[in-house]
Amino acid sequence: MRCMWLPRFLALVATLVMSLSVLASQAAAQKGVIKIATQSPLSGEQSALGEGLKNGAQLAIEKLKGDLEKLGFRVELVPFDDQAKPDVGVANAKRIVADPDILLVIGHLNSGVALPASEIYKDQGPNLAMISPANTNPLITDRNYPNVNRVCGRDDVQGEVGARFAKEELKVKSAYILHDKTLYGQGVAEFFRDMAKSFGINVVGFEGTEEKANFDPIITPMKAMKPDLVYFGGIYSQAAVLFKQAREKGMDKALFLGPDGMDSSELVRIAGKAAVGMYYTTVVGPPTIYPEAKDFIKAYKARFGKDPEPFAAQSYDSAAVGLKAIELAIKEAGGKKPTRAQVSSAIRKIKNFKGITGTINFDGKGDPVKAKYFIIQVISDDPAKWGENKVVKTLEIAAPR
Amino acid sequence: MSLLITMFPQVLMDGIVLGFMYALIALGYTMVYGVLQLINFAHSEIFVLGAFVGVEILLSLKAAGYLSAIPPFVLLFALVAAGMAASGLLAVLVERVAYRPLRGAPRLVPLISAIGASFFLQDAIRLFESLWRNAFYLTYPSVELFDRRIRLGAAIDISLKSLVVIVSALLMLISLQLFVNRTKVGKAIRAVAEDQMTASLMGIDVNRIISVTFLIGGAMGGAAGVLFGIQYSLINPYTGFIPGLKAFTAAVLGGIGNIPGAMVGGIVLGLLEAFSASYLSLLTGGAFGAEYKDILAFSLLIVILIFRPRGLLGEIVAEKT
Repeated sequence: MRCMWLPRFLALVATLVMSLSVLASQAAAQKGVIKIATQSPLSGEQSALGEGLKNGAQLAIEKLKGDLEKLGFRVELVPFDDQAKPDVGVANAKRIVADPDILLVIGHLNSGVALPASEIYKDQGPNLAMISPANTNPLITDRNYPNVNRVCGRDDVQGEVGARFAKEELKVKSAYILHDKTLYGQGVAEFFRDMAKSFGINVVGFEGTEEKANFDPIITPMKAMKPDLVYFGGIYSQAAVLFKQAREKGMDKALFLGPDGMDSSELVRIAGKAAVGMYYTTVVGPPTIYPEAKDFIKAYKARFGKDPEPFAAQSYDSAAVGLKAIELAIKEAGGKKPTRAQVSSAIRKIKNFKGITGTINFDGKGDPVKAKYFIIQVISDDPAKWGENKVVKTLEIAAPR
Repeated sequence: MSLLITMFPQVLMDGIVLGFMYALIALGYTMVYGVLQLINFAHSEIFVLGAFVGVEILLSLKAAGYLSAIPPFVLLFALVAAGMAASGLLAVLVERVAYRPLRGAPRLVPLISAIGASFFLQDAIRLFESLWRNAFYLTYPSVELFDRRIRLGAAIDISLKSLVVIVSALLMLISLQLFVNRTKVGKAIRAVAEDQMTASLMGIDVNRIISVTFLIGGAMGGAAGVLFGIQYSLINPYTGFIPGLKAFTAAVLGGIGNIPGAMVGGIVLGLLEAFSASYLSLLTGGAFGAEYKDILAFSLLIVILIFRPRGLLGEIVAEKT
């Protein structure tokens, strides 16, 4: 007889569980959807970095959305392709602010795109929160906007770190400085130039160029001046071709140095041996330098089939701290969906968030209270070994007031 | 001041390499204009196709591990031949599809069709490469021998590949000149350029000759594409736009429709560009950088064209009525 009621009881339990889970999912749908947008170049020559940025945020959302689902919200990622172009970034920003479910933007890759787009987030959002994993131009946070934050360091510090390294460790006497005429590239090149001059390095040239293929007219005068160091303020896609052609044209001895825009395995894919031995300063270390990021690297590889590009881990952290802030804002709003301004102010309230790249605290301007800066040397012309590049120096510096 | 002098031979060399590149591309514009009075805006994409065919062959050979086994000059010959074949055939196809159906239409109509073909080809190449390699910014793998430098005196050294560009461009230009002036087909091309109606009355198949013209112009563009890739490494589907524009300018400068004019125009433009880019910053004390090179080069061009409106080698041709 006992055998008779047991299956019935099990069936009853199963029905109950099923109906409960249906209820739960209905509850999740009842309170609505929270969307997190990413903006980065997903096509074009910088898409390798831009895609890593999107993937990092995606991984964070997939892994950490559980907390928000428990509170009754569904979480979705909406990736946008800003093509590394300011006009496209602004057009996307207008579409983003028009969607009331989007409470957070992770992006951009390029400061020149982030600056105009964040004006839209602030004015038309209103105060739609943006957390940038990669924008290093000082202006991003120096505008004192309540909604704009970053988890990385700044170009004014980066330029100084580079110039100090060139003077003290590389002991160069003269430098030729080039930049790509973007807000980011020219900005960091100018900081480098000013600091280099103040350290007594002879700056023999300072030029901007949008050239992508034929650098002959730049290299010939540069070579004639025999600088000890060539600094390129810009992105790897241009720098790689320049460095390659400079070595081919017989600039054997000049050292190459650049900012964090150099940080992509594409650099050695294009430049080959010419890039081996060059240095770059960056605000993000290779993912392997962060002890907490081991699981992230494994998960990223399993999910996307390749090693994380630079900024992917920072993007993961940006999304993670953003999710935490949204959770806080929901609680402050009494379990209801918070406004964009509430999310923005919640982000600044987060204290000592344990991310995979370190502990995150934002100061009143949206800068990290202390940011890490690295000087890295390229060790191999094999793109697969990019992650093993040698970290020559690690510094921790507070954002200038 | 001494810097200006020591730089001179190197800048001259840069300018000549660039100039020959422009000359090769300019031939495509000038030949087509010669027979059809049409500016073939799709020519810059025909040029890019050559570059892509070259990089695809190199990358496949590299992946298969044969790259270092093939003697570099055999490889170069094969690359240029493949690029010429592909671009030549594409040019014929573009003519057949986009221009021939519009043969009787007003002159502006095929011009618009040409711009359309140009956009179509850019994105077709992008689509294909995105599906095939998941990337459309491609880099020519370096061939060690071509990267070697030859020293010519103290102040100047030139990489072997620049020399390769100059020599192959020269060979092609000379053979084209001989072809057009010494062969029967060449004579037919000149006849069609002069007067289509009369040429067809003399028993010349005008459509066939136009196809041949596109084939040759396209092939020159394809060769230029391969050489461009070897020389400057990084290519993408949109690479052709600026060199195409410059080469078109070179064709106009030399006298459009005139084959030796295209060569002269290309070299003059290449030199103007190299000199203005390298010297501008030094001469103005850094006030105008290398990025002003196009402004200076094109201002000089305008001045030249004011005094010689038909180009450097342009003949006075009676307006067709």
